[in-house]
Amino acid sequence: MRTPANPAAALLRGVGVYLLVALTLAFFALPMLWLASAPFDKHPGITVSLPDFTLANFERLWNNPNAVDSLASSLILAGGSAVLVVGLSALAAYALSRVHIRGRDGLLYALLLLSSIVTGTAAMVPIFLLAAELDLVDSYLGVVLVLTGGLLPAAIFILKDFMDTTPRSYEESARVFGASPLRVMKDIVVPVVRPGLATVGVWTVAQVWGNFLIPFLLLRSPDKSPAAVVMYTFYTEGGQPDLALISTFSLLYSLPVVLMFLFVSRRYGFRFHGGIKA
Amino acid sequence: MAATTSSAEQAAPAADRGPGNAEGREPERDAAGLGRRRAAAFVAPALVLVALFLVLPAVWTLYLGATDYRLTGIPAIDPSFVGFDNITKALGDESFLHSLRLTLLFVLGSAVIGQAGLGFALAWWMRERSGWLRTTLEALVMLAWILPSSVVAFLWIAFLDRDGGTLNELLRTPGAAWLLDHPMLSIIVYNIWRGSAFSMMLYSAALGNVPASHLETARLAGASGFQQLRDVVFPRIRGHILTNLLLISLWTFNDFTPFLITAGGPDGKTETLPVHIYKTALGSGELGYGAALSFLMLLINLVVAVIYLRLLGQKNRKKKTRTARGRSAEGARGSELEESA
Repeated sequence: MRTPANPAAALLRGVGVYLLVALTLAFFALPMLWLASAPFDKHPGITVSLPDFTLANFERLWNNPNAVDSLASSLILAGGSAVLVVGLSALAAYALSRVHIRGRDGLLYALLLLSSIVTGTAAMVPIFLLAAELDLVDSYLGVVLVLTGGLLPAAIFILKDFMDTTPRSYEESARVFGASPLRVMKDIVVPVVRPGLATVGVWTVAQVWGNFLIPFLLLRSPDKSPAAVVMYTFYTEGGQPDLALISTFSLLYSLPVVLMFLFVSRRYGFRFHGGIKA
Repeated sequence: MAATTSSAEQAAPAADRGPGNAEGREPERDAAGLGRRRAAAFVAPALVLVALFLVLPAVWTLYLGATDYRLTGIPAIDPSFVGFDNITKALGDESFLHSLRLTLLFVLGSAVIGQAGLGFALAWWMRERSGWLRTTLEALVMLAWILPSSVVAFLWIAFLDRDGGTLNELLRTPGAAWLLDHPMLSIIVYNIWRGSAFSMMLYSAALGNVPASHLETARLAGASGFQQLRDVVFPRIRGHILTNLLLISLWTFNDFTPFLITAGGPDGKTETLPVHIYKTALGSGELGYGAALSFLMLLINLVVAVIYLRLLGQKNRKKKTRTARGRSAEGARGSELEESA
């Protein structure tokens, strides 16, 4: 750009930039191509190739109880966590936004710090022991509770931000008419902050749907394993990996997160929540 | 759980705004008539869960780390207190130091250099562009970031496969065993692929706040691309760069996905700290020693997070004093810039 007088140099530069862009495009696309081709191939190999088109793989997947069960498990875990996270964080965020409880700012700061340093990987030993102590090993509830505990601080922060910006006059009038606080919350606050609740819900589902470590640690019986763990056993257990099954399963398992992401970015605009995957 | 950390980004200002709220802006009114007692009841269920599943594990790590607790054998029934022995042992343990070095290499190579560099390059290139090429590239980068980790792990295993992997087909190097011969390089490149989206988005937001007129002026004055970056862009997005580096370092440091690709192998050549702790604590059943290693990991996390939060706090304080001091053009622009962080 410095030398617009020299067209040859500018051209060379332009070509160079596009070459780099093309390489980057290839870098990001190549590992994913297989996911687009193999599920539709009659005889999927490990190499990417134009599929010999069929939908039979999906039928086989549907008849594989292991695969279907694991998707159901993922659904239970994600749904359970989303309900708990959205419900509890909404209550907490509302109270923290409207009432100045002493030590609130310190509390928020501490939670924030804690949730960023106590990750699943750094705390796996006590989490495992705690679950054993509470008799929560091999139960969905255990996984849901552990994940909810980890996600709640972030959810409260996001929602408190939403609640802080909503007008309070409606709540006051409702109160004049004698509505109870829970009722005010349900009929007035929830509709106003619905985008916030949706964000937190989608974000929770995405987090839990992809989480591998916690169910891997806590769920012992294979028929309870969610898709993340079953996917892993599909290719690590001995023998020849069944590529038709793995590829179709991967596609089906990935689809909900991708759709949710598209939905959120279309509906609410992709707001940059500090990199929260949603 | 890694992305839990992301709350820091937008949460800290919220936490920090509290006191200013009470004095400066609209006074807090208890509009719904909750009252303190009921408010406490609203907060309690969330707090109980957090205390049980977040605070307790952290404290427990501390305690366990000071015992010789094991999954099986005599210490499983009656663990004894060993104090700092585990920590001292770890600091002299070659396999721990080895995995710590690998983790630092992983963080430095894939996050600090790879993701931040590529993410910035992407944001810079996309800055003034639109059209299908940009949309496609952006979509692919984001897709790599949102797919579930056990799926991308297998995609990479297939991509790098020794016989018939797409990479070997493309490069015409059949039989090149990337995951065996260059395991660390493989997972570093993998993680750049996986995580560049975050840096790209953060830098895109940051670059949106660099006034185009300033770049134009620099260009007219004959500044080269590099000089524009150095003199006009970097000084303005320094805060974002730091934020980004700290967050992606924290996440990469705690990332468990290498386990899904290489399981720490071959011969522990990709055994980063999370994988090492998993193998020590639950693989070999040395729970006490594993907890001590977890404690060291928490300590490193704490240092990074505290640096990050202090910087955020500083930024907010600066913003507050600046907006308070006057409505000068400089102040307004500055706070706008920081708002986007």
